Amino acid sequence: MRAGGADMKAGVILFPGINRERDIIIALTQAAGHRPRLVWHQETDLAGLDLLVIPGGFSFGDYLRCGAMAARSPVMAAVRAHAARGGYILGVCNGFQILTEAGLLPGALLRNAGLRFLAMDCHLRVERPDTAFTRLWREGDVFCAPMAHGDGNYFADDATLDRLEGENRVAFRYCTPAGDLAPAANRNGSARAIAGIFSENLRTLGLMPHPEDLVDPLIGGEDGKPLFAALTAA
Amino acid sequence: MERPVDESLAREFGLTAGEYAKIPAILGRAPSFTELGIFSVMWSEHCSYKSSRVHLRELPTSAPWVLHGPGENAGVVAIGEGLAAVFKMESHNHPSFIEPYQGAATGVGGILRDVFTMGARPIANLNALRFGDPALPITRRIVDGVVRGIGGYGNCVGVPTVGGEVNFHPSFNGNPLVNAMTVGIARADRIFLSAAAGIGNPVVYVGSKTGRDGIHGATMASAEFGEDSEAKRPTVQVGDPFIEKLLIEACLELMETDAIIAIQDMGAAGLTSSSVEMAGKGGVGIELDLDRVPQRERGMSAYEMMLSESQERMLMVLRPEAEAMARAIFAKWELDCAVIGHLTATGRIVVRHQGRLEADIPLGPLAAEAPLYHRPMAPPPAPVPLAAAPPDPIGIGPALLRLIACPDLCSRAWITDQYDATVGGQTVKRPGAADAAIVRIEGHRRALALTTDCTPRYVAADPEAGGAQAVAEAWRNLTATGARPLALTDNLNFANPEKPAVMGAFAAAVRGMAAACRALDFPVVSGNVSLYNETEGSPILPTPAIGGLGVLEDAAQAVGIALSAGLALVLVGETGGELGQSLWLREIAGSEAGSPPALDLAAERGNGDFVRKQILAGRVAACHDLSDGGLLVAVAEMVLAGNCGVRLDTPPDRIAPHAFWFGEDQARYLLAVAEPAPLLAAAEAAAIPARRLGLSGGEGLTLPDGVAISLEDLREAHGRFFKDFMG
Repeated sequence: MRAGGADMKAGVILFPGINRERDIIIALTQAAGHRPRLVWHQETDLAGLDLLVIPGGFSFGDYLRCGAMAARSPVMAAVRAHAARGGYILGVCNGFQILTEAGLLPGALLRNAGLRFLAMDCHLRVERPDTAFTRLWREGDVFCAPMAHGDGNYFADDATLDRLEGENRVAFRYCTPAGDLAPAANRNGSARAIAGIFSENLRTLGLMPHPEDLVDPLIGGEDGKPLFAALTAA
Repeated sequence: MERPVDESLAREFGLTAGEYAKIPAILGRAPSFTELGIFSVMWSEHCSYKSSRVHLRELPTSAPWVLHGPGENAGVVAIGEGLAAVFKMESHNHPSFIEPYQGAATGVGGILRDVFTMGARPIANLNALRFGDPALPITRRIVDGVVRGIGGYGNCVGVPTVGGEVNFHPSFNGNPLVNAMTVGIARADRIFLSAAAGIGNPVVYVGSKTGRDGIHGATMASAEFGEDSEAKRPTVQVGDPFIEKLLIEACLELMETDAIIAIQDMGAAGLTSSSVEMAGKGGVGIELDLDRVPQRERGMSAYEMMLSESQERMLMVLRPEAEAMARAIFAKWELDCAVIGHLTATGRIVVRHQGRLEADIPLGPLAAEAPLYHRPMAPPPAPVPLAAAPPDPIGIGPALLRLIACPDLCSRAWITDQYDATVGGQTVKRPGAADAAIVRIEGHRRALALTTDCTPRYVAADPEAGGAQAVAEAWRNLTATGARPLALTDNLNFANPEKPAVMGAFAAAVRGMAAACRALDFPVVSGNVSLYNETEGSPILPTPAIGGLGVLEDAAQAVGIALSAGLALVLVGETGGELGQSLWLREIAGSEAGSPPALDLAAERGNGDFVRKQILAGRVAACHDLSDGGLLVAVAEMVLAGNCGVRLDTPPDRIAPHAFWFGEDQARYLLAVAEPAPLLAAAEAAAIPARRLGLSGGEGLTLPDGVAISLEDLREAHGRFFKDFMG
């Protein structure tokens, strides 16, 4: 299992109701130079894939808790096995929700604090740069990414939050453009302004905002590019 | 049990005595209960356009780039590189008043289906919303529900909501307008139509099960509201955007094959209109076996199934040999599908249910005998121009701060922050960044420019001028981004057509639209008419909403409205200082009087073509058309979008300052350019009026007398209304 390098083999997992797969495919293709494999949620063989990406959307309509149905799809056993083998997993938005519902990341994503869908750019501060996902940023770097979610309010009990922070597993926090953790910058009300977290082995990342939507200077900028470049560049 | 079928039942179903009398003549016998239901919805205003058809014929609908004009599910225009844009706008006004969330949500769902039915992947949603007086508690409830509904549906299906417009006026207190527009992209040689063909071919139903929701929705949309409108809640449909997303993907996957001969969504009047229209257009007959229709509840009658407006359902005619493959695709997407009938050579629609023949109607007369009315019209009263420019009671700076804080001009961020505008990764200009939304076509440099526009108070004061202005403003908004306007879809929202004044205004507005369409080479390719928009006799402002579409060969050529430092502001177009029907007059002088600004279509065309040429030549850094609120409001919007100040020059002294800064003269653009000299020279050579207006830079908006308004004060005023209104 490897990360980095243009021959990185990525798979994008598709559940019914996922709707940001095109955006992720564009970002991965641009970074790697080839298209990722598309994996339908009923497939069970993920052999040969280095990186699994679960995109955003509304899997199964999110009519139960967000991500709860998808977390019980046939493909998820293979996703768990991939994680256990030390494979890389990226979950964005609904993908993050699915990873928490599957128990691959701790905590849960609750309804936004203001009870409204939030669709706007936000700023994220890089909390840990020495991972396969964040290695092209420096600690404290601030980048912009659109958010688009109704349930992005990260929650975990204090013991879990203390542990995440103690183990340095917070990937990104919501901040002002200058990098300050002002309450107004944490629009969805996430605990300790957490926007993304790593698994214990730092090989699974879940985050709510969409870096895949900022990989083109014409489409709002390239702030999201380092994430995909880090995963694919040698 | 079913009631006897007679004239009184027909009246309850919305048919007049004269209309009812035609039915036995067509059938050669009395209609059954189910047949009466079918006639009543097919002949409703909503489905038959019986009051509007004679006028709609005046609208130009063709151009070399138009592939399909009105008459299909949506309009189709060629946009180059073998691609086609498929688009339409449609109203969901009545349901949105009764049940704002579901009314608006299913409005979005319905228009999406009209577009992907034709083989296009939806790439953008827009809307045009009109609400009542913000001081009324019900307005707050309706705004909240409609915005949540549009977001709830569009966000879930993953189609970005990229643009729209919002007005408030007391005439919409009991009747908000919710007009939703979808734009899709298809290969120009792979457009799917609804005309059925192939005797014996299977008729296949796909999507949600049929329930009892929305029965007679089309009839409800064809009547005024009274005191009992609350009791009509059961006629509002409930949307399921997840099923819609599955339908989009499944239909587009099936459309990659040659399985589909004809396809139509089940919209207003559900199974009735879809089956009647498919067979009618194809000149064939159709036989339906309702026992095979996927049903949500037990014991539904044939009448209920034929008139149900349950959402997220499609009807298609397939090649028999492709049926198994189609079933496999629908099974993959976990969608119900069933063969519910077949095509016949009889030219009739035959409906069977539980062994009974429920309907047997000849399709030719059902369409040909549909009522068509030349409703009595009263010519609109001539508008009365303002006698003289009213005096300025508060001064330029205070008026600007009050105008940009008013409900019709304030920041829409509270709304747009609830709509996902970026999904798909192709949104070049998001809401508010440019005069039209810019969405690139995936895998291409090419982009579409999209806008919705209407100024109802102009239409009320002078329907013909107002109709023309709505078309011109949409064309201008597309032009101001650098796009070449191609075509429009319209959504004509008017009150009760049985009132001569309403019908007179309708006819005049259509006449005005037609003139503008011709002058600007901007044909109508699809549309929708929504009449009876009044509650207890109180009519809405006439609102012919326009959805405009233009194309840019390279998305990088698009310009927005954001100002940056060190640019000269250049005003293109003639300024006379027209304050009649202006927002300044309404908000500052407290009067809704006068005639709307004059519209010179030749100047509109000339000025617009000049501006577009300058943009495409790379000479323009930012561009904004002048509309509601006039010149100074446009300056403030450019300042706010770019977070960059400006210093303005002294206006000509032949016009009162407030008329110069807030007059709403048409055919004008404000350009920000690095080098004004060549642009001004080009304007002079082309006899286009253009003048320098100021220089960008600095911390605030500085008026010619040296008074500066800070960016903070502008931003606070602009953002105040929705914060106070919605919390």
